[in-house]
Amino acid sequence: MAHAQGQQHPISLYLKIWGLLFVLSTMSYLVDYFHFHGYLRWSLIITFMLLKAGLIVSIFMHMAWERLAMVYAILVPPLCLLVLVGLMATEADYVFLSRVISFGQ
Amino acid sequence: MASHPLAPGESSSSNPPSLPPAAGWQGIASDWSSDKEAFRQVPWGKAMMWIFLLSDTFIFTCFLTGYMSVRMTITSAWPNPSEVFALTIGGREIPLILIAIMTFVLISSSGTMAMAVNFAYRRDRAKTTALMLATAALGVTFVGMQAFEWSKLIAEGVRPWGNPMGAAQFGASFFMITGFHGLHVSIGAIYLSIVALKVLRGDYERSGNYQNVEIAGLYWHFVDLVWVFIFAFFYLW
Repeated sequence: MAHAQGQQHPISLYLKIWGLLFVLSTMSYLVDYFHFHGYLRWSLIITFMLLKAGLIVSIFMHMAWERLAMVYAILVPPLCLLVLVGLMATEADYVFLSRVISFGQ
Repeated sequence: MASHPLAPGESSSSNPPSLPPAAGWQGIASDWSSDKEAFRQVPWGKAMMWIFLLSDTFIFTCFLTGYMSVRMTITSAWPNPSEVFALTIGGREIPLILIAIMTFVLISSSGTMAMAVNFAYRRDRAKTTALMLATAALGVTFVGMQAFEWSKLIAEGVRPWGNPMGAAQFGASFFMITGFHGLHVSIGAIYLSIVALKVLRGDYERSGNYQNVEIAGLYWHFVDLVWVFIFAFFYLW
Protein backbone atom coordinates (compact mmCIF):
# COMPACT_ATOMS: atom_id res chain seq x y z
CA MET A 1 0.00 0.00 0.00
CA ALA A 2 1.18 3.46 -0.90
CA HIS A 3 0.37 4.94 2.49
CA ALA A 4 1.22 2.05 4.75
CA GLN A 5 3.71 4.24 6.57
CA GLY A 6 1.39 7.23 6.46
CA GLN A 7 2.12 10.67 5.14
CA GLN A 8 5.75 11.67 5.64
CA HIS A 9 6.86 15.15 4.74
CA PRO A 10 9.58 17.34 6.22
CA ILE A 11 8.53 19.55 9.13
CA SER A 12 9.95 22.55 7.29
CA LEU A 13 7.17 22.20 4.68
CA TYR A 14 4.52 22.64 7.37
CA LEU A 15 6.35 25.60 8.88
CA LYS A 16 6.53 27.30 5.48
CA ILE A 17 2.80 26.80 4.87
CA TRP A 18 2.09 28.04 8.39
CA GLY A 19 4.08 31.20 7.66
CA LEU A 20 2.30 31.67 4.32
CA LEU A 21 -1.10 31.35 6.01
CA PHE A 22 -0.04 34.00 8.53
CA VAL A 23 1.01 36.36 5.73
CA LEU A 24 -2.21 35.77 3.78
CA SER A 25 -4.36 36.32 6.90
CA THR A 26 -2.51 39.54 7.66
CA MET A 27 -3.08 40.71 4.09
CA SER A 28 -6.80 39.95 4.21
CA TYR A 29 -7.01 41.81 7.54
CA LEU A 30 -5.24 44.80 5.98
CA VAL A 31 -7.92 44.88 3.26
CA ASP A 32 -10.32 45.90 6.01
CA TYR A 33 -7.82 48.05 7.89
CA PHE A 34 -7.09 50.23 4.87
CA HIS A 35 -10.81 50.49 3.98
CA PHE A 36 -10.62 49.19 0.42
CA HIS A 37 -14.03 49.32 -1.23
CA GLY A 38 -16.02 47.85 -4.07
CA TYR A 39 -14.65 45.32 -6.51
CA LEU A 40 -11.05 45.78 -5.34
CA ARG A 41 -12.06 44.77 -1.80
CA TRP A 42 -14.17 41.79 -2.90
CA SER A 43 -11.61 40.44 -5.36
CA LEU A 44 -8.80 40.74 -2.79
CA ILE A 45 -10.90 39.01 -0.09
CA ILE A 46 -11.80 36.13 -2.43
CA THR A 47 -8.22 35.76 -3.70
CA PHE A 48 -6.72 35.52 -0.22
CA MET A 49 -9.55 33.23 0.92
CA LEU A 50 -9.06 30.79 -1.97
CA LEU A 51 -5.27 30.78 -1.54
CA LYS A 52 -5.61 29.99 2.18
CA ALA A 53 -8.25 27.32 1.56
CA GLY A 54 -6.10 25.74 -1.14
CA LEU A 55 -3.03 25.60 1.07
CA ILE A 56 -4.96 24.08 3.99
CA VAL A 57 -6.68 21.42 1.86
CA SER A 58 -3.72 20.46 -0.32
CA ILE A 59 -0.85 20.53 2.21
CA PHE A 60 -2.26 20.34 5.75
CA MET A 61 -5.01 17.90 4.78
CA HIS A 62 -2.63 16.06 2.41
CA MET A 63 -5.03 16.22 -0.53
CA ALA A 64 -2.06 16.83 -2.85
CA TRP A 65 -0.80 13.30 -2.17
CA GLU A 66 -4.11 11.40 -2.09
CA ARG A 67 -5.46 9.08 -4.80
CA LEU A 68 -7.17 11.01 -7.56
CA ALA A 69 -10.31 8.84 -7.14
CA MET A 70 -10.79 10.18 -3.62
CA VAL A 71 -9.79 13.74 -4.47
CA TYR A 72 -12.55 13.91 -7.09
CA ALA A 73 -15.07 12.14 -4.84
CA ILE A 74 -14.57 14.90 -2.24
CA LEU A 75 -13.91 17.99 -4.32
CA VAL A 76 -16.43 17.59 -7.17
CA PRO A 77 -19.74 17.36 -5.19
CA PRO A 78 -19.29 20.81 -3.58
CA LEU A 79 -19.49 22.28 -7.09
CA CYS A 80 -23.27 21.71 -6.78
CA LEU A 81 -23.16 24.33 -4.05
CA LEU A 82 -21.98 26.90 -6.56
CA VAL A 83 -25.24 26.27 -8.44
CA LEU A 84 -27.18 26.98 -5.24
CA VAL A 85 -25.21 30.17 -4.64
CA GLY A 86 -25.78 31.23 -8.25
CA LEU A 87 -29.53 30.59 -8.02
CA MET A 88 -29.85 32.54 -4.78
CA ALA A 89 -27.80 35.42 -6.16
CA THR A 90 -29.86 35.70 -9.37
CA GLU A 91 -33.10 35.62 -7.38
CA ALA A 92 -31.87 38.33 -4.99
CA ASP A 93 -33.08 41.30 -7.08
CA TYR A 94 -36.56 39.83 -7.32
CA VAL A 95 -36.75 39.11 -3.57
CA PHE A 96 -35.46 42.60 -2.81
CA LEU A 97 -38.16 44.21 -4.97
CA SER A 98 -40.82 42.01 -3.39
CA ARG A 99 -39.68 43.15 0.04
CA VAL A 100 -39.81 46.79 -1.02
CA ILE A 101 -43.34 46.36 -2.41
CA SER A 102 -44.68 44.25 0.45
CA PHE A 103 -43.05 45.85 3.46
CA GLY A 104 -42.21 49.33 2.18
CA GLN A 105 -39.45 51.44 3.57
CA MET B 1 -21.10 -14.36 -1.32
CA ALA B 2 -22.87 -15.31 -4.49
CA SER B 3 -20.22 -13.67 -6.61
CA HIS B 4 -17.45 -16.11 -5.64
CA PRO B 5 -16.46 -18.23 -8.63
CA LEU B 6 -17.12 -21.90 -8.11
CA ALA B 7 -14.26 -24.33 -8.38
CA PRO B 8 -14.81 -26.98 -11.06
CA GLY B 9 -16.59 -29.98 -9.67
CA GLU B 10 -17.69 -28.13 -6.57
CA SER B 11 -21.29 -28.73 -5.70
CA SER B 12 -23.43 -25.84 -6.74
CA SER B 13 -26.58 -27.00 -5.03
CA SER B 14 -26.31 -24.39 -2.28
CA ASN B 15 -25.21 -21.63 -4.59
CA PRO B 16 -26.47 -22.10 -8.16
CA PRO B 17 -24.90 -19.67 -10.65
CA SER B 18 -28.31 -18.98 -12.14
CA LEU B 19 -29.71 -17.72 -8.83
CA PRO B 20 -31.73 -14.59 -9.56
CA PRO B 21 -30.40 -11.49 -7.74
CA ALA B 22 -32.14 -10.78 -4.45
CA ALA B 23 -34.86 -8.17 -4.56
CA GLY B 24 -36.11 -5.60 -2.08
CA TRP B 25 -34.08 -4.60 0.96
CA GLN B 26 -31.92 -7.69 0.66
CA GLY B 27 -31.07 -6.73 -2.89
CA ILE B 28 -30.06 -3.23 -1.82
CA ALA B 29 -27.87 -4.59 0.97
CA SER B 30 -26.19 -7.20 -1.25
CA ASP B 31 -25.63 -4.71 -4.07
CA TRP B 32 -23.96 -2.22 -1.76
CA SER B 33 -21.80 -4.87 -0.10
CA SER B 34 -20.79 -6.85 -3.18
CA ASP B 35 -17.08 -6.62 -2.51
CA LYS B 36 -16.53 -3.56 -4.62
CA GLU B 37 -14.01 -1.15 -3.17
CA ALA B 38 -13.27 2.18 -4.77
CA PHE B 39 -10.73 3.40 -2.22
CA ARG B 40 -8.37 0.44 -1.88
CA GLN B 41 -5.41 2.79 -1.47
CA VAL B 42 -7.12 4.96 1.13
CA PRO B 43 -7.69 3.66 4.68
CA TRP B 44 -11.44 3.42 5.33
CA GLY B 45 -11.29 5.63 8.42
CA LYS B 46 -9.78 8.43 6.40
CA ALA B 47 -12.28 8.00 3.56
CA MET B 48 -15.18 8.08 6.02
CA MET B 49 -13.85 11.22 7.71
CA TRP B 50 -13.57 12.91 4.31
CA ILE B 51 -17.15 11.96 3.48
CA PHE B 52 -18.31 13.35 6.82
CA LEU B 53 -16.40 16.57 6.11
CA LEU B 54 -18.04 16.70 2.67
CA SER B 55 -21.46 16.60 4.34
CA ASP B 56 -20.31 19.30 6.80
CA THR B 57 -19.24 21.42 3.82
CA PHE B 58 -22.82 21.32 2.58
CA ILE B 59 -24.16 22.37 5.99
CA PHE B 60 -21.84 25.34 6.35
CA THR B 61 -22.35 26.39 2.73
CA CYS B 62 -26.11 26.33 3.26
CA PHE B 63 -25.67 28.65 6.27
CA LEU B 64 -23.41 30.99 4.32
CA THR B 65 -25.74 30.94 1.31
CA GLY B 66 -28.67 31.78 3.58
CA TYR B 67 -26.63 34.66 4.97
CA MET B 68 -25.80 35.79 1.43
CA SER B 69 -29.46 35.68 0.49
CA VAL B 70 -30.62 37.88 3.38
CA ARG B 71 -27.73 40.26 2.94
CA MET B 72 -28.51 40.73 -0.77
CA THR B 73 -32.25 41.17 -0.24
CA ILE B 74 -32.64 43.25 2.93
CA THR B 75 -34.20 46.68 2.64
CA SER B 76 -32.41 48.16 5.69
CA ALA B 77 -28.65 48.69 5.98
CA TRP B 78 -26.41 45.81 7.09
CA PRO B 79 -24.37 46.70 10.23
CA ASN B 80 -20.74 47.43 9.36
CA PRO B 81 -18.79 44.40 10.72
CA SER B 82 -15.62 46.48 10.81
CA GLU B 83 -17.22 48.74 13.45
CA VAL B 84 -19.37 46.14 15.21
CA PHE B 85 -16.32 43.94 15.93
CA ALA B 86 -13.91 46.76 16.74
CA LEU B 87 -12.22 46.83 20.12
CA THR B 88 -10.97 49.87 22.01
CA ILE B 89 -7.40 49.19 23.06
CA GLY B 90 -5.41 51.95 24.75
CA GLY B 91 -8.06 54.56 23.97
CA ARG B 92 -7.92 53.79 20.25
CA GLU B 93 -10.56 51.88 18.32
CA ILE B 94 -8.99 49.12 16.22
CA PRO B 95 -11.34 47.54 13.65
CA LEU B 96 -11.91 43.79 13.69
CA ILE B 97 -8.87 43.20 15.90
CA LEU B 98 -10.36 40.39 18.01
CA ILE B 99 -11.42 38.49 14.89
CA ALA B 100 -7.91 38.88 13.46
CA ILE B 101 -6.38 37.46 16.65
CA MET B 102 -8.89 34.58 16.58
CA THR B 103 -7.86 33.86 12.98
CA PHE B 104 -4.18 33.71 13.92
CA VAL B 105 -4.92 31.47 16.91
CA LEU B 106 -6.84 29.03 14.72
CA ILE B 107 -4.16 29.01 12.00
CA SER B 108 -1.51 28.35 14.65
CA SER B 109 -3.55 25.44 15.96
CA SER B 110 -3.65 24.05 12.42
CA GLY B 111 0.13 24.35 12.24
CA THR B 112 0.69 22.46 15.50
CA MET B 113 -1.81 19.81 14.37
CA ALA B 114 -0.02 19.25 11.05
CA MET B 115 3.25 18.75 12.94
CA ALA B 116 1.54 16.41 15.43
CA VAL B 117 0.48 14.17 12.52
CA ASN B 118 4.05 14.19 11.27
CA PHE B 119 5.54 13.20 14.62
CA ALA B 120 2.86 10.54 15.06
CA TYR B 121 4.03 8.74 11.92
CA ARG B 122 7.58 9.00 13.27
CA ARG B 123 6.26 7.32 16.45
CA ASP B 124 7.41 10.17 18.65
CA ARG B 125 4.65 9.81 21.24
CA ALA B 126 5.75 12.58 23.61
CA LYS B 127 5.97 15.23 20.91
CA THR B 128 2.71 14.08 19.27
CA THR B 129 0.82 14.30 22.55
CA ALA B 130 2.31 17.69 23.42
CA LEU B 131 1.50 19.14 20.00
CA MET B 132 -2.05 17.74 20.02
CA LEU B 133 -2.74 19.12 23.49
CA ALA B 134 -1.31 22.47 22.36
CA THR B 135 -3.73 22.34 19.41
CA ALA B 136 -6.64 21.63 21.73
CA ALA B 137 -5.53 24.46 24.05
CA LEU B 138 -5.43 26.91 21.14
CA GLY B 139 -8.92 25.69 20.19
CA VAL B 140 -10.18 26.38 23.72
CA THR B 141 -8.56 29.83 23.56
CA PHE B 142 -10.44 30.46 20.32
CA VAL B 143 -13.76 29.43 21.86
CA GLY B 144 -13.00 31.62 24.91
CA MET B 145 -12.48 34.64 22.68
CA GLN B 146 -15.66 33.80 20.84
CA ALA B 147 -17.55 33.67 24.15
CA PHE B 148 -16.14 37.14 24.91
CA GLU B 149 -17.30 38.38 21.51
CA TRP B 150 -20.77 36.91 21.99
CA SER B 151 -21.20 38.45 25.45
CA LYS B 152 -20.02 41.82 24.13
CA LEU B 153 -22.57 41.75 21.30
CA ILE B 154 -25.35 40.49 23.56
CA ALA B 155 -24.58 43.32 26.01
CA GLU B 156 -24.85 45.77 23.11
CA GLY B 157 -28.34 44.47 22.40
CA VAL B 158 -27.73 42.14 19.46
CA ARG B 159 -30.38 39.41 19.39
CA PRO B 160 -31.27 36.81 16.74
CA TRP B 161 -34.42 38.82 15.96
CA GLY B 162 -32.98 42.32 15.95
CA ASN B 163 -30.21 44.70 16.91
CA PRO B 164 -29.68 48.43 17.34
CA MET B 165 -27.14 48.71 14.48
CA GLY B 166 -29.21 47.85 11.42
CA ALA B 167 -30.73 44.89 9.60
CA ALA B 168 -32.50 42.49 11.95
CA GLN B 169 -31.07 39.43 10.16
CA PHE B 170 -27.55 40.30 11.31
CA GLY B 171 -28.01 38.68 14.71
CA ALA B 172 -29.58 35.52 13.32
CA SER B 173 -26.78 35.03 10.79
CA PHE B 174 -24.06 35.84 13.31
CA PHE B 175 -25.25 33.55 16.10
CA MET B 176 -26.11 30.70 13.73
CA ILE B 177 -22.87 30.70 11.73
CA THR B 178 -20.34 31.46 14.46
CA GLY B 179 -22.26 29.35 16.97
CA PHE B 180 -22.19 26.28 14.75
CA HIS B 181 -18.52 26.83 14.01
CA GLY B 182 -17.72 27.33 17.71
CA LEU B 183 -19.54 24.07 18.46
CA HIS B 184 -17.28 22.34 15.93
CA VAL B 185 -14.17 23.81 17.59
CA SER B 186 -15.36 22.72 21.03
CA ILE B 187 -16.10 19.18 19.90
CA GLY B 188 -12.75 19.15 18.09
CA ALA B 189 -10.87 20.14 21.25
CA ILE B 190 -12.49 17.23 23.12
CA TYR B 191 -11.85 14.83 20.21
CA LEU B 192 -8.18 15.85 19.97
CA SER B 193 -7.65 15.51 23.72
CA ILE B 194 -9.05 11.98 23.66
CA VAL B 195 -6.82 10.95 20.73
CA ALA B 196 -3.82 12.65 22.40
CA LEU B 197 -4.34 10.63 25.57
CA LYS B 198 -4.64 7.45 23.53
CA VAL B 199 -1.32 8.31 21.86
CA LEU B 200 0.30 8.87 25.25
CA ARG B 201 -1.14 5.63 26.61
CA GLY B 202 0.40 3.74 23.69
CA ASP B 203 -2.82 2.46 22.10
CA TYR B 204 -1.57 3.14 18.58
CA GLU B 205 1.93 1.84 19.39
CA ARG B 206 0.38 -1.55 20.14
CA SER B 207 -1.73 -1.58 16.97
CA GLY B 208 1.18 -0.12 15.02
CA ASN B 209 -1.18 2.31 13.27
CA TYR B 210 -1.13 6.04 13.85
CA GLN B 211 -3.79 6.76 11.20
CA ASN B 212 -6.23 8.01 13.84
CA VAL B 213 -4.02 11.02 14.53
CA GLU B 214 -4.16 12.01 10.89
CA ILE B 215 -7.94 11.48 10.79
CA ALA B 216 -8.40 13.71 13.86
CA GLY B 217 -6.13 16.19 12.11
CA LEU B 218 -8.39 16.21 9.05
CA TYR B 219 -11.32 17.23 11.23
CA TRP B 220 -9.29 19.99 12.86
CA HIS B 221 -7.98 21.43 9.60
CA PHE B 222 -11.53 21.45 8.29
CA VAL B 223 -12.63 23.59 11.24
CA ASP B 224 -9.84 26.01 10.31
CA LEU B 225 -10.92 25.86 6.67
CA VAL B 226 -14.50 26.79 7.53
CA TRP B 227 -13.21 29.75 9.54
CA VAL B 228 -11.32 31.00 6.46
CA PHE B 229 -14.65 31.26 4.63
CA ILE B 230 -16.54 32.75 7.61
CA PHE B 231 -13.78 35.32 8.09
CA ALA B 232 -13.91 36.32 4.41
CA PHE B 233 -17.66 36.38 3.88
CA PHE B 234 -19.07 37.38 7.26
CA TYR B 235 -16.44 39.61 8.82
CA LEU B 236 -14.57 41.15 5.88
CA TRP B 237 -17.25 41.45 3.19
